[in-house]
Amino acid sequence: MEKEVTAEISLAALRAGDPVEFARMVDLYSAPIYRLGLKMLGSPQDAEDVLQNTFLNALTHLSDFEGRSSISTWLYRIASNEALMLIRRKKPAFNLEDLQTDDSDEGTMPEIFVDWTVLPERELLTGEGKHAIDGAIQKLPESLRMVFILRDIEDVSIKETAEILNLTETNVKTRLLRARMFLREQLSAYYGERLTRKENHD
Amino acid sequence: MTDHSHKNCKALLGSLSDYIDGELPAELCAEIEKHLAGCENCRVVLNTTKRTIDLVQLPVEETVPSEVRERLFKRLNLDDYLLPKP
Repeated sequence: MEKEVTAEISLAALRAGDPVEFARMVDLYSAPIYRLGLKMLGSPQDAEDVLQNTFLNALTHLSDFEGRSSISTWLYRIASNEALMLIRRKKPAFNLEDLQTDDSDEGTMPEIFVDWTVLPERELLTGEGKHAIDGAIQKLPESLRMVFILRDIEDVSIKETAEILNLTETNVKTRLLRARMFLREQLSAYYGERLTRKENHD
Repeated sequence: MTDHSHKNCKALLGSLSDYIDGELPAELCAEIEKHLAGCENCRVVLNTTKRTIDLVQLPVEETVPSEVRERLFKRLNLDDYLLPKP
């Protein structure tokens, strides 16, 4: 998160119940938490719920927070739990894909070998292209999606991601690789087809 | 086309993330690059994976809409501290 932009949040002030400091923390960390909610759940309404619940929860549990992890790790941990809880509530049905998230290397073998990177950026990022990217992220199993969002979208380190999600660093790396391979495959199918269409057209 | 059941391809795939993130020691990178030079499929997988990550990272401009921020402050009883966005 944007740690260096502003002066560090004072944990002492937060714990003393200083509303100005809490408001400052809310503004500093709202954007990444809102984005996490958006990418995890795919809807602005759900993202807003994650955002509100995260800070309500932080407010309630401020006295339990000992500052052993950074504020950003603590807030991300609350936010990721809130997002996962909301997903469970909305989709109580068993998800077969999530059962398969066993941190093995299965399912990482690539199948599509089309080099669509030759397509110029304006053709990759059309409205339809962005939609395909978002759709591919939504198709990731939740446990892979969370790792991917933290690491590749929010640029959280492997170590901090492990701390947030209570995983080993090896688990984080394995999930990240699987998530990247899954997305690569999805985007290769989409852009590969566009490339073929373009070549046929030219 | 190269046979992708080849064990070097599999090994490369296992290290792909670490390679992209620049977390591998130089000698391992050199080994990977040697393999890449002779394996078109692995080159495609590497390039498309890198591009995939780039594409997903691009639209990160999403910020909190001002009405969402206002409702959040209200929910937290912080309305009095809702200063203009820094």
